[in-house]
Amino acid sequence: MTIASLIDSPSELTDGLGHKTAIVLMTRVRLARNLAGQAFPGWAKAAQREEIVARCRDALLGLSPLKRSLSLKVDELSDLEKQILVERHLISRELSGAKAGAGVVISKDQTVSVMINEEDHLRLQVLRSGLQLKKAWSVINELDSALEDRLDYAFSPALGYLTACPTNLGTAMRASAMMHLPALVIGNQMEKVVRAVNQLGLVVRGLFGEGSDASGSIFQISNQTTLGESEEEIIKRLGNVLNSIVEHELNARQKLLEGDPGKLWDKIGRAYGILQNSHLLSTSEAMNLLSLIRLGVDLGMFPAAHRCVIDRLLIEAQPGHLQHTQRGELASGQRDLLRASRLRAEFATFTPPSFLPSADGPN
Amino acid sequence: MANPLKCDLCAKPATVHLTQIVNNKVHKVDLCEECAQAKGVTDPSGFSLADLLLKASLNPDPVATGARCEQCGCTPADFKKHGRFGCPACYDVFGALVTPMLDTMHKGSAHTGKVPQKALARRARHERLSRLELDLTAAIKSERYEDAARTRDEINQVKNPGAEEPPR
Repeated sequence: MTIASLIDSPSELTDGLGHKTAIVLMTRVRLARNLAGQAFPGWAKAAQREEIVARCRDALLGLSPLKRSLSLKVDELSDLEKQILVERHLISRELSGAKAGAGVVISKDQTVSVMINEEDHLRLQVLRSGLQLKKAWSVINELDSALEDRLDYAFSPALGYLTACPTNLGTAMRASAMMHLPALVIGNQMEKVVRAVNQLGLVVRGLFGEGSDASGSIFQISNQTTLGESEEEIIKRLGNVLNSIVEHELNARQKLLEGDPGKLWDKIGRAYGILQNSHLLSTSEAMNLLSLIRLGVDLGMFPAAHRCVIDRLLIEAQPGHLQHTQRGELASGQRDLLRASRLRAEFATFTPPSFLPSADGPN
Repeated sequence: MANPLKCDLCAKPATVHLTQIVNNKVHKVDLCEECAQAKGVTDPSGFSLADLLLKASLNPDPVATGARCEQCGCTPADFKKHGRFGCPACYDVFGALVTPMLDTMHKGSAHTGKVPQKALARRARHERLSRLELDLTAAIKSERYEDAARTRDEINQVKNPGAEEPPR
């Protein structure tokens, strides 16, 4: 199985090949595309689904950015392997539960992944670390245009790209950013932000999309509507909102520092202590502690280079990744033991926090 | 009144005039006494104008007439059940089901984004070719040889747009 090679090789998400920034962890743009004259995946018969997978896969593997990519069939993956792909944001939960006749093609650096026969025939995704909406859009736009040479898309001049669900009509584009907003959470302002963002036609979700919780103070913010605006307009509107959320988070951090710095230093210092010494850590507790350390990095308490380490650990602390290192499934209690021991090892050599805020402020 | 409003559901004079705001959009409905009663307008708690508008815009109601997508066999009832269409052609057959919803679901109801120019041009060329092939067969069958020759040249032109002389 080649999933192991995928986990062991450097990736945009885990190794900060791109630009790591204080508040935006990563940017993603997704496009839904369907083949003209073919039943949508949810309605297609088994044989049709297989045929569509074969056609899409051939077309995708012929594209130069996907020449040396990994092509996987969902029904040939174990539950653990699927979980790992979900944790890396390379496939959706929906695809991991799909019946036979579904697959995914993942580029070598894991910045491009294309799901076949999820809700639509094709779900293209480009992932970039940091806030790189325009870059992600230009990469996926090019990929989509190249794919258009090989496949006939279902398209209507009035309704745009035709999708199984009418909520995705038009551009069929979903652009999103994963944001780390600990100060807004600590200051109890998140609810207000969510309400304001919703009113602007955008959606706020947890780290793993619909229905997932917001442990680690990580939120996914994306456009809700796809019809009536061009891709560039959507990207611009989303970008403006993201920038204003970044500003709000920075203000909230400033407020925490001015209001009761002792309380904040205590939270971060304790998180460091627990990560160095605990023996049982659930996923959600580990994420909340790592989130505080990440905030500490942003505030200059730890070297900026540690940000990458935290982002890698946020993924490696997930249940699927943890079990992969043990080459097998573990009960939840055993996972908590293993998670704590992995984090103890990482934090044994981690630079201790400096409680003198750097003169330059957040870096 | 010189021009009394008519009921939106039947042709009788409307006596009930209702305005509702759904998702920041104003919807107005005029109904006659009977229709208002039948739709439960007099009981505001159990009445949704959106439902009524949705139904009123479907005339005849594809759910009732048993419309079915010829491409994939999906019916409006299937769409209502799953919230998803069966295939792209469903939008032609019963796209009217979603048209009234698009404005509230999206920023607008018309696409203004990217267009797959290359794929559309290829499909148009393909459709033109099959039409010409049909013309050619028909022309030969009815012994209109001049037409056939012209159609054949046209086919060659579409197949090799760069060529000066149609290849033999």
